[in-house]
Amino acid sequence: MNKVIRIFIKDSTLIPVISIVLGLLIGALIMLLGAYNPIRAYASLIEKAFGDLYSIGETIRQITPLIFTGLSVAFAFRIGLFNIGAEGQFIIGSVTAAFVGIQFDLPWYIHVPFAVVAGGIAGGLWGSLAGLLKVYRGVHEVIATIMLNWIALYLSNYIVKFFLIEPGQQRSRILSDSSWLSSSWLSQLFDGARIHYGILLGLICTFLFYVILWKTRQGYELRAVGYNPDASEYAGIHVKKNIVRSMMVSGVFAGLGGASEVLGVFHYQTIHSVFPGHGFEGIAVALLGGNTAVGTILGAVLFGVLTFGATGMKFGAGVPIEIINIVIALVIFFVAASGLVKAIIDKVKKKIISGGSSLPTSQDWKKGV
Amino acid sequence: MFKKGFISIILSVLFLSLVLSSCGTSNTSGGDQIGADYQIGMVTDIGGVHDNSFNQSAWEGLQKLNEDTGAEVKFLESHKDADYVPNLNEFVKNDWNLTWGIGYMMGDAIKEVADQNPEARLAIIDAVVEAPNVVSVTFKEHEGSFLVGVVAGMMTKTDKIGFVGGMDIPVIKRFEKGFVAGVEAVNPDAEVIINYTGAFNAPDQGKAAAATIYNDGADIIFHAAGSTGDGVFNEGKERKKNGEEVWVIGVDKDQSITFGDDITLTSMMKRVDTAVYQVSRSLIEGQFNGGEIRSLGLADNGVGLPEENPNIPEDVLEKVEEYKQKIIDGEIEVPSE
Amino acid sequence: MERQTVIEMRNITKRFPGIVANDAVNLQVRQGEIHALLGENGAGKSTLMNVLFGLYQPDEGDIYIRGEKVEITDPNVANDLGIGMVHQHFMLIDTFTVAQNIILGSEPKKKGWRIDYNKSVEEIQQLSEKYGLRVDPHAKIKDISVGMQQRVEILKILYRGADILIFDEPTAVLTPQEIQELITIFKNLVKEGKTILLITHKLKEIMATCDRVTIIRRGKVIDGSLEVSQTTPDELAAKMVGKEVKFKVDKKDAVPGHPVLSVKHVTAYDNRGIKKLNDISFEVKAGEILGIAGVDGNGQSELIDVISGLRPVASGEILLMDRPIHHLSPRKISERGVGHIPEDRQKRGLILDFSIAENMVLKNYHQPEFSNRGFLNYKKVREHAARLIAEFDIRTPDESVKAGALSGGNQQKVIIAREVNHNPDLLIAAQPTRGLDVGAIEFVHRRLVEQRDKKKAVLLISLDLDELLNLSDRIAVLYEGQIVGIVDPRETNEKDLGLMMSGGKTNSGSWGA
Repeated sequence: MNKVIRIFIKDSTLIPVISIVLGLLIGALIMLLGAYNPIRAYASLIEKAFGDLYSIGETIRQITPLIFTGLSVAFAFRIGLFNIGAEGQFIIGSVTAAFVGIQFDLPWYIHVPFAVVAGGIAGGLWGSLAGLLKVYRGVHEVIATIMLNWIALYLSNYIVKFFLIEPGQQRSRILSDSSWLSSSWLSQLFDGARIHYGILLGLICTFLFYVILWKTRQGYELRAVGYNPDASEYAGIHVKKNIVRSMMVSGVFAGLGGASEVLGVFHYQTIHSVFPGHGFEGIAVALLGGNTAVGTILGAVLFGVLTFGATGMKFGAGVPIEIINIVIALVIFFVAASGLVKAIIDKVKKKIISGGSSLPTSQDWKKGV
Repeated sequence: MFKKGFISIILSVLFLSLVLSSCGTSNTSGGDQIGADYQIGMVTDIGGVHDNSFNQSAWEGLQKLNEDTGAEVKFLESHKDADYVPNLNEFVKNDWNLTWGIGYMMGDAIKEVADQNPEARLAIIDAVVEAPNVVSVTFKEHEGSFLVGVVAGMMTKTDKIGFVGGMDIPVIKRFEKGFVAGVEAVNPDAEVIINYTGAFNAPDQGKAAAATIYNDGADIIFHAAGSTGDGVFNEGKERKKNGEEVWVIGVDKDQSITFGDDITLTSMMKRVDTAVYQVSRSLIEGQFNGGEIRSLGLADNGVGLPEENPNIPEDVLEKVEEYKQKIIDGEIEVPSE
Repeated sequence: MERQTVIEMRNITKRFPGIVANDAVNLQVRQGEIHALLGENGAGKSTLMNVLFGLYQPDEGDIYIRGEKVEITDPNVANDLGIGMVHQHFMLIDTFTVAQNIILGSEPKKKGWRIDYNKSVEEIQQLSEKYGLRVDPHAKIKDISVGMQQRVEILKILYRGADILIFDEPTAVLTPQEIQELITIFKNLVKEGKTILLITHKLKEIMATCDRVTIIRRGKVIDGSLEVSQTTPDELAAKMVGKEVKFKVDKKDAVPGHPVLSVKHVTAYDNRGIKKLNDISFEVKAGEILGIAGVDGNGQSELIDVISGLRPVASGEILLMDRPIHHLSPRKISERGVGHIPEDRQKRGLILDFSIAENMVLKNYHQPEFSNRGFLNYKKVREHAARLIAEFDIRTPDESVKAGALSGGNQQKVIIAREVNHNPDLLIAAQPTRGLDVGAIEFVHRRLVEQRDKKKAVLLISLDLDELLNLSDRIAVLYEGQIVGIVDPRETNEKDLGLMMSGGKTNSGSWGA
């Protein structure tokens, strides 16, 4: 029992929870200022996200790509790299999977894995480009990945336009259904929602993320370089190689996400005039999840529910999308400004325990004894 | 102290929520109230409802419907392609009487939702969806564009005219072809510089495209690019301020209302509002022809110039009227592709 | 003459989860004295001072300042009571000038909101003269030495009117000369009626400067207000550690064998392309400790780096057991039998966010013992660490504790355990005892001598001349990237070494070797 309480008062658990509550609370205040009813708004949000089987299926559909891009960003963060390029790697993964899906006609048990793996590898190669640029040319990965995002966007548009175009449309032809990650059986189960097997792939990737980082030799090296490149170099770890590798793995996750989205949801690749945005949302997801495997899933769920349920708030309570975005931003803000939240928690704890029984406050820990 | 403050904030939020929840929403207004039992929704494409273009125009149509008939109207904005289907379903699953999809990009989504929900009624602007429960509305943009082409052809001083398109898709192609034909009809010497930016929601690209075209010597630009066109207007305004004699021809709505008469020569109005209003109204009046494809041209007042055109001289307007009549009468066949 | 008691802390108790940092501690400090607070790392000195400075609230006990009971709820209260603290890590803004840093937060105003710089500079100059704290008020912090920065910190608290000054390990970052100057400053401050409370574990400084000393061990006062003039360093050390401490390292005479490391005509550059090693040559033999003396920045870091493979050799060669190693990667060199205790244990020696267990295998995690088909056997890693923790007496609850949570001494033990466990032919020990307390220093020294006695070669690089003279069998003096002499520690002293280190005198003895 005591152990359970301990888990809940651990800062790493408490901070995100309090951040979310604070975000929702201040969001409620803002809604009140705009004369909207926050209780109805949040009820509509929950209703929209979990109200029936169809909604649950669609919410999972919304969450799926976020798991992939969240893992992608989190993995790079682990080695101290800021991968803003999950967006581009996602696009490259999706266009590659679309290419395989359209240009080949194979039995499904070959076609599906082929398209998925091709998307993952393409995303990985795209990611490692940024790693190579950093290692051999000293280009900061933030700059490199931002640039590569645009290149990916237009490269994808080019490929669709010149090789895969459905005449008269702004999208590729439909993928042959042997490559689809979705099935009518699963869809029927969720009342026609576009949930697809990509979610399983995402969970497998989360597991791999954990195993790579915490069970393998490679993961040990990656974490070492991430925490302290000087000490890693001193220990004989090849820092440059590890930077490229981590960007590659990061890109594979994003690429698989792109493949899963195109094979599972759309079954075609559109000519994008703007970024789909999953990669950028992945940054928020990784942040919410503290760059851990389970945290990423929880972050993706939170973010997916908020963004998908947002329509419900608009529909059910008339809250304009701008205010909904403010609420989402507030939640992320409070997670990011965890120092602030920590200070608040410490203060509350101090008040509660001022009697004498001493619960640890994070500040005391830091100061040491 | 802190804890107390925290709790009192929570309590006050709860309290205020309860007070407000008793208010409810009101959707009644004037008019004859014949549509009071009807709910009509629309889903925008990724341009959003304030795009100064067809999404906004469609919403204005629905707002007018609410005023006239008392029908409940609502819109949902899409932020990604993936949002189209769930947004449409939000209305469909809640048994709304009619759900609009605004824009060419939503064709696939409308088709999917219509097939899955054969009892639902849907309608789409700018695309043709073949399903027994969908009304498709398209416009003869080439006819209206021909007329603004006439205006541009007669009023250009440099004999160079620009066209900025959003995406290279059939709808926008109709704008371009009609416009070029109109220019050619009155001013065969004039050259039309054509530029597709590839996006409907990128004002920065619109501005860059306009700058290039103006630099090439053009003095009038016609845009058919959604909010990308905002950039065209901004570039034109800046040049105007610096004393250059340039104009922009707006699209979809009377854009002089947004950008002012000093820069807006005229607009190729596409009466999405009228179309949305009419189709919705006929549903309320008991007529909904699923599977119908409406194509609105000059004859139906679906496209055309605004009522007021303070920047266009009388003789040009007369010419425009003349051509308009010829097109309606079928004397002139405006090319569309 | 009995002077007034300015600080009295009575029965202060401060608990942290799982530990009592201060257990009914009493402390009395008299007006105008230099009072030392002595204790090992982790004994509770800093906690006590943080209580006095208002950073922590005591769980029990009272504080009296000049006879009045006070509640010091935060550092501002402490400031108002005239208490100022110079922290171990300075809190200065690099790009601001000295004057700007000093007045920050209490700027003299002119006409409402404009800062009166001239006035502040004048005041600072007056303060400097009064206490002998010579600084240039217009110099930028980033351009002045660490010793100067410390003076700025002192001026900062004097400027705010403090008359009780707390110094937390003030000499840890200073050179021997700067330490001398600081001691002079202390005397000046006391002469002007200030009271100084000095937190330290360096006995030499206490003997040289302090009037009285309070000794803390494991949160409890062992001896309160001992008169320094009536004690000896041995007594202090024994009280601090709780047992007899040997300052002189017991060691037999060296029996040097064949050369293990030969550095031949090596030249190397630093990251900015400046030549830092200039045609340097020397040898380290089996069974000896070769000490490298030199003022910081004369090429020591670069020398360590080229031997361990972290920096390329521009010319010359390095041989280990007669085989060249200067083209090998750090990992290969390590596998050939070179152990390396790096000079910056937190930057290089350890990954602070890793557990002790993970740090223990930093050099050999890839070997079959711990790695199998790409997977790391964490069970074996933990067992390995547990064994070393026992063998090297590392004070930690278990091997899963993060290295960053350990005290400096225990961190160093982790590194030594890891490096010595390889049983290397050559052990490079760079600043192995920097920042450690007496007990830990003794441990490190014993281990180094043990290696030597096992017929291994030890290369000791240190800024601490006592350490070099105590441990080394030969001392090479490095000056501007060259070895200006190799001397026998039994035939030299600190003064001569100091002269050689500053380039003043070369030894005519064994050049190069």
